[in-house]
Amino acid sequence: MDENMRMRAQLKGDVDGGLTEVKVLMTHPMETGRRKNDVGDFIPANFIQLVSATINGKQVLEAQWGTGISKNPYLTFHLRGAKLGDIVQVSWSDNQGKKGVGEIVVSKA
Amino acid sequence: MQRRKFIKALFAVSAMALVPIKAFAAMWNTPAFQAIKLQEAMAALQISNVTLSNDIQIIAPDKAENGAVVQVEVSSRIPNTESIAIFVENNPTALIANFLFGDGADGFVVTRIKMAETSDVLAVIKSGNRYFSAKKRVEVLENGCG
Repeated sequence: MDENMRMRAQLKGDVDGGLTEVKVLMTHPMETGRRKNDVGDFIPANFIQLVSATINGKQVLEAQWGTGISKNPYLTFHLRGAKLGDIVQVSWSDNQGKKGVGEIVVSKA
Repeated sequence: MQRRKFIKALFAVSAMALVPIKAFAAMWNTPAFQAIKLQEAMAALQISNVTLSNDIQIIAPDKAENGAVVQVEVSSRIPNTESIAIFVENNPTALIANFLFGDGADGFVVTRIKMAETSDVLAVIKSGNRYFSAKKRVEVLENGCG
């Protein structure tokens, strides 16, 4: 997995197909562009704009973010109908064109 | 193109058109995020005729020590919740995030946001052509926007 992303996907309850909780922690400065450094220059905006989540390759979530998401973004979402062993992938892209990706297998809570 | 192939292709296209549209934008909505005022940001997302709803729950602290990190949970019991947009009216730009859900994802999200000052946190849910909202006041003790 990308070291810039930590993920967990846990199937709650005993049966496949129930609720799966996905938690994601990304490493990113999320600079607004309005902050100044020690010598008074503006630090350029640097923030994640798009996040996409797929399960076994099928997209289930898209997030569009502005500068109001905190540094090192945190995200939890819920999936329905996932099975143990399914693969959840989360990818992001920021305003400077950088990208990140992480993958996790759905496991038992 | 052979006639048979052409007809097949025609059917494929119409079949696609019949699938309920739960499309992802895959493009950042620049005007919505650059809008300073809440109303402008909502207009850029084509949000109109918003109805207050008790089927939306926002969990956020009453008081935030540090506005740089305020955890917000939004859950919607509104059927066919397609998206959840989160706004902070008193921030330098009002729109924080817009989450779009496909089949297989619940209308639920937890994230952490920046708040410049005390403000309402507003969640707007899209379901079909209708919009529903809820809000929660968060008192900010220390500015979190740089």
